[in-house]
Amino acid sequence: MTSQTASGGPQLQTAAATAARTGRRKPPRAGVPRKLTLDYVSFLIVFLGLPVAIFLIFVISPFVQAVYYSMTNWTGFSATMDFIGVQNFVRLFQDPTFLQAMGNNALLAIVVPLITIAIALIFASMITVGGPSHGQVRGLKASSFYRVVSFFPYVIPAIVIAILWNMIYTPSGLLNGLIGLLGIDMNEYAWLGDERTAMGATIFVIVWSMVGFYMVLFVAAIKGIPSETLEAARIDGAGRFRTVISILLPQIRDNVQTAYIYLGILALDAFVYMAGLNATGGPGNSTLVMSQYLFRTAFEKGQFGLASAMGVVLAVLTLLFAALVIGVFRLIGGKDEGGRA
Amino acid sequence: MSTDTRAAITIDPKSTSRKGLRTPKDTTSDKVVGGLSHGVLAVWSIVVILPMLWTLVGSFKTTKEIFASPFGLPADWNFDNYVNAWVKNNFGGMFLNTVIVVGVALVLVMVLGAMCAYVLARFALPGSRVIYYLMLAGLTFPVFLAIVPLFFILQGMGLLNTLPGLIITYVAFALPFTVFFLFSFFKSLPYEIQEAAYVDGAGEWRTFFQVMLPMAKPGMAAIAIMNFLGLWNQFLLPISLNTNQDNYVLSQGMANFASAAGYQVDFGAMFAAVIITIVPVLVVYVLFQRQLQGSVSQGTSK
Repeated sequence: MTSQTASGGPQLQTAAATAARTGRRKPPRAGVPRKLTLDYVSFLIVFLGLPVAIFLIFVISPFVQAVYYSMTNWTGFSATMDFIGVQNFVRLFQDPTFLQAMGNNALLAIVVPLITIAIALIFASMITVGGPSHGQVRGLKASSFYRVVSFFPYVIPAIVIAILWNMIYTPSGLLNGLIGLLGIDMNEYAWLGDERTAMGATIFVIVWSMVGFYMVLFVAAIKGIPSETLEAARIDGAGRFRTVISILLPQIRDNVQTAYIYLGILALDAFVYMAGLNATGGPGNSTLVMSQYLFRTAFEKGQFGLASAMGVVLAVLTLLFAALVIGVFRLIGGKDEGGRA
Repeated sequence: MSTDTRAAITIDPKSTSRKGLRTPKDTTSDKVVGGLSHGVLAVWSIVVILPMLWTLVGSFKTTKEIFASPFGLPADWNFDNYVNAWVKNNFGGMFLNTVIVVGVALVLVMVLGAMCAYVLARFALPGSRVIYYLMLAGLTFPVFLAIVPLFFILQGMGLLNTLPGLIITYVAFALPFTVFFLFSFFKSLPYEIQEAAYVDGAGEWRTFFQVMLPMAKPGMAAIAIMNFLGLWNQFLLPISLNTNQDNYVLSQGMANFASAAGYQVDFGAMFAAVIITIVPVLVVYVLFQRQLQGSVSQGTSK
């Protein structure tokens, strides 16, 4: 399978090169106009019509409806609903519980990507350029073992990860047992039952589950850097640390940005992890997130209009977050290039 | 001056690498960095593996033993917990549901996604760009925004709490990502082959299924694995759209079981349930490990 993927590249390049050499007027074009035969029409209906219909009905239309519902007082079970404008939103921003949930989400969206990406970058650098400082730039020996093992959590369903860690954090669970081995008795301390540690313990679980995936992503990105670049840096006398800071990071900046956005979106949702770790929102709502509050408002309290408004807030915050990350990365990138020039 | 140094040293690494090819001499700092790196990565590997090992051992213990000591081995290794989870708590039924839902949804989303991506990538149709951007939008919005109306759409169609209802929603939400992934794949396939198929008298359907689709195999394999993991992992869609106990899938059964176990405290069965849910995906991962890591990097690795 891998060889197939590898051989695809050169083949395509040759095809493109041939096309360029023979100087065709229209290089790859999007298709010729076709007669409306039965074959072509049935093809279009099934190939484009069917998937697009499914997508419009089950994905786009709910999104559009949700925006409308967010401006009504619909309970979901009554036939009537009144249009109440922005009242739901006003109510949300006066609701201390919702604001607390939003704060928790904000904390997660800042901390989770930072820690995950930092660890993933460090591991990826060790694996790719952590080898000896002479000869070709190489990674650690036997590093594929770490890559395979670290990726394990990514394939486990998130809800199972959350439940597994819930068991680890219980008073008689693995964590207190391990600390007990060090001679410290935690006195049946409940990690998720105390406001001081509930959030930290939760963040660790999300980081634990995501580091392997992003490590693999970064390793692939680093391997995409031409080896000449790395070797040139070595010849210029850059050590490993300097190589990572001055070569690796700028070269894989786009991957880091994508990772930051994905992880941030994950943290703004975080529903699955919370459902397994702290279904009730944690002690004093210390780990309550917007998605949990939304679910409760919709399916337990039956306030579908208000819940939709929460969904809209969540969507807007997600888009803002993505825009912010892109903006910040552009700022940093601009400075970087200025410095180099 | 800088050119001078570079020119002078370019000869250097060649000679060292030639000399060092067979017997690389690690400097002290190499050893320190190497050892430290191995240490850190080994610790992380333990942090990853230990919880799973602990769960595996726990799945053979009685609840009393689990609470007695986290490290103790079970007095006798029996499969009571697995029987309890599989039969009494219906993880067998849920397993079957999951296999059906994920299997059918996976096949459907692969076929529909490939067809859609093929048309969008290779046919100049009015509005195809609009569809493309709409899919992009569908990818970025949080599923949470859609969940409330989706509930009522499925209810209106009589598909709420049914497996087909779950399947069609899985397909719809996995579609944008699949189309995106395969779009660039189909775009990169040479046009000459498509034209050759037409010249040879193949219609649009045949051209796709017999010529273009087989050429997209590597891309299909990668996205299939990603979709399998994503669908097996689904949680929000089933818990909000599928509240009939008989139709539970594993992930929601797990969550339900965990919250119920808070009162009944059959921890042994819960450990077994975790193992039952983890093992199939871990097996798939270990078998397809290469392709999966390849698909994560989308061909950027060499």
